[in-house]
Amino acid sequence: MLAIQMRGITKRFGPVLANDRIDFSLEQGEIHALLGENGAGKTTLMRILYGLYHADQGEILVDGHLAHIPSPKEAITLGIGMVAQHFTLVPPLSVAENVVLGYTKGLRFDPGAAQQHVAEAAARFGIKTDPAAIVRHLSVGECQRVEILKALYRNVRALIMDEPTSVLVPQEVDVLFETLERLRGAGLSVIFISHKLNEVMAVCDRITVLRQGRVVGTVDKAATSQIELACMMVGRETFGVTRRGESPQGEARLRLESLSALDRKGLPALKEVSLEVRAGEILGLAGVSGNGQAELARVLAGTLKPTGGRILVDNRDLTGADPTCFLVAGVGRIPEERHESMIGELSVAENLVLECLDEFTRNGLLDRRRVRQHGEQLIAEYQIKAQPTDRMRTLSGGNVQKVVLARALSSKPRVILASQPTRGLDVGATEYVRDKLLEQRDQGVAVLLISEDLDEALALSDRIAVIYEGRIMGVIPAGEASKEQLGMMMSGAWEVTRGETEN
Amino acid sequence: MAKLRIERAAAPLWVRPLIPVIAAVITLALTATLVVLAKANPFEAYYYFLVVPLSSWVSAIEVLVKSTPLLLTGAAVTFAFSAGYWNIGAEGQLYAGAIAAAWLGTVLHEAPALVAIPIMLLGGFVAGMLWALPPALLKVKLAVDEVVTTLLLNSVILFVVSYLLNGPWRDPVSGWPQSPEIAASAILPKLLPRARLHLGFIVGLLIILALWFVLSRTSLGLKMRATGLGMEAARYAGVNVGRAILTAALISGGIAGIAGVSEIAGIHFHLIDAISPGYGYTGIIIAMLGGLNPFGVGLAALFVGLLSIGGQTVSRALGVPAYLGDVVQAALLLVTLGAFIFQNYRIRWIADEPRSLPPLPASAENDLETN
Repeated sequence: MLAIQMRGITKRFGPVLANDRIDFSLEQGEIHALLGENGAGKTTLMRILYGLYHADQGEILVDGHLAHIPSPKEAITLGIGMVAQHFTLVPPLSVAENVVLGYTKGLRFDPGAAQQHVAEAAARFGIKTDPAAIVRHLSVGECQRVEILKALYRNVRALIMDEPTSVLVPQEVDVLFETLERLRGAGLSVIFISHKLNEVMAVCDRITVLRQGRVVGTVDKAATSQIELACMMVGRETFGVTRRGESPQGEARLRLESLSALDRKGLPALKEVSLEVRAGEILGLAGVSGNGQAELARVLAGTLKPTGGRILVDNRDLTGADPTCFLVAGVGRIPEERHESMIGELSVAENLVLECLDEFTRNGLLDRRRVRQHGEQLIAEYQIKAQPTDRMRTLSGGNVQKVVLARALSSKPRVILASQPTRGLDVGATEYVRDKLLEQRDQGVAVLLISEDLDEALALSDRIAVIYEGRIMGVIPAGEASKEQLGMMMSGAWEVTRGETEN
Repeated sequence: MAKLRIERAAAPLWVRPLIPVIAAVITLALTATLVVLAKANPFEAYYYFLVVPLSSWVSAIEVLVKSTPLLLTGAAVTFAFSAGYWNIGAEGQLYAGAIAAAWLGTVLHEAPALVAIPIMLLGGFVAGMLWALPPALLKVKLAVDEVVTTLLLNSVILFVVSYLLNGPWRDPVSGWPQSPEIAASAILPKLLPRARLHLGFIVGLLIILALWFVLSRTSLGLKMRATGLGMEAARYAGVNVGRAILTAALISGGIAGIAGVSEIAGIHFHLIDAISPGYGYTGIIIAMLGGLNPFGVGLAALFVGLLSIGGQTVSRALGVPAYLGDVVQAALLLVTLGAFIFQNYRIRWIADEPRSLPPLPASAENDLETN
């Protein structure tokens, strides 16, 4: 049937090396997971295979023959299909019409025949769907099955699924896995892109782990464990970096008590999270991405209302408060997505005052001179390469992050919430951001560092908490943490129960 | 083979102010085909269209008269759009202001002009605000799409006007569907002898100035712009996004209401159902043409005023249908919107190259050689 080999694939976007000499092979009749953190290069690699991107270097072999894939059309001709995270269906049309769309011959369209063809195709692969149903009325899981059917209808024999479970509720995930297993039974191959360890272990035969654009390794499911995979995903060769200085710790500044929250799909993302961050310490929150970190950051920024529990800053209850209250209480926030907090079309100086506009306003009027001075001062202090009047969107990623940092730290916060503060930054900017966080810790600020980079969490933190499926698996001093222990906690295999989280 | 390639790249700064001008030239070139179809010489037509109205005082002042409601509705729409609130209801809010003016203008017949006129302007502002309130509340509280609700309310208020004119306000003397004449003290004073230009024009200019001041010099303006340009980030930074949108929507409605006052108290002196030939909708064109920049909006209002007077002039002189002016306006909007999109791209001529791969850093090249 179909076997694919990708050899030495390299792809760069500007200065970013997204894929670095990647080798990847897919055998026929296997479900092969592509596992890695966000930004590890999984989707880029698959977009190259599907003809959406073009590799700068490397070659692709399909059934042993060198293949040139300039566009998805050629990919489909070769038997490679892809189901993206965002569906490409036409909502007002029926399932059958969507499936045959662009794959009909001649001018006449016979809806009856199309429905029959699609029903036959669905039956052949055991996919439950009603060809006459209107796509708009379908659930997300059903839409996904239509997408799969669309690929199969085009005689695809290798199917790329890009994080297919991220949009599904648990029951739909089970149905998806059944479908994938049926496809494998029929001799098709599936590439399953994911960062969820349990799913990968549940459905895949082989697993290739990517990290920072490179292959860490390819392993058989039978010969590996979730713990090993977790270590491959997040660890680095330099595990056990030397940590810098201890600082005396003070009282609890930030306390979370049994905090619960829902994610965007309305499913529980945080389950009774209890943590405390003391003055003068960095508490690192480690974990594989998608285990509730993003929701925790949003709850602590005031942009997501928790469904239960309490948030206390300096013993002041901020549960359910809006972002302004968090700012007033002295919470400085560095968000995961830089554009989540910065407005590209406003100037650097305007972005810098956005969180504390009242200080720069007199009788409703903006004190533009002070706004500019404030901008100039922070630009100098944080070595930002920009003018106060530059549009934010003209800045490079590292400089944007410095603006984010400058804004958060200039308000003299008592608590800092830093979410993936160095993701996507170059070495110099990363070092700068880390120094600033340590500096704040030394000044007695309580820092909650949410990081999916285990090395970063280990290097900066005084204590490390691990989150898995929305629950804190335990809190351990960073000095005592071992790779195995953290790996087990991150994969949910081991929970520390020593009353650390009770208090 | 050499080929053309389209790349994403912002136009240089000096080109940006020229974009509306380029758009205007392209529009005139496009609409020239229609002029030819109407059996007229395009050059002659555009001479009557754009030059003749400005060559005599009488018609030049008439351009300003025509621009007056456009300055106001343009400012109204700009205010809302700046905060990301797509108010398509300036037309209806204008009528709300007009109803208030027709009523206050008859009630205030004993008040001196210095009292009556400010009350009329304020009353029109409040009426426009009230008409803008339901869609704004629906947007902020229930996330109902304001484009639909503001647009539909435009038709609703036309029925209200129709009810008033055919019911309680029908002119008792003539029986025509028009409200009683407003008091002389409520009429906006003329700016020049023997011309229709009235105080509303000055009000329009002042509101454009106020628009600039609020947007660029106040904390509210920054909050509004932040909301319009990046709602999530603004919310994250502690801006009360709902309040910013509500404020923008209400002030926008209020300004549109003043446009209604200006038309009643400056031009018609009583309420009829054809107060506005779509000034509220034209306000959208003007806001976009002006690139949501207050001074750009002012210039766009004057230009569109010129187009509508020019449309009449060219129609009288050459027998071309007067609708040509409307067609030019509409085409201008489309071309301008297109130009604003295209300014983010450039077309590059790619000559023959041995390889189109980006240059590799030294380390990667070494790897290639060792392989």
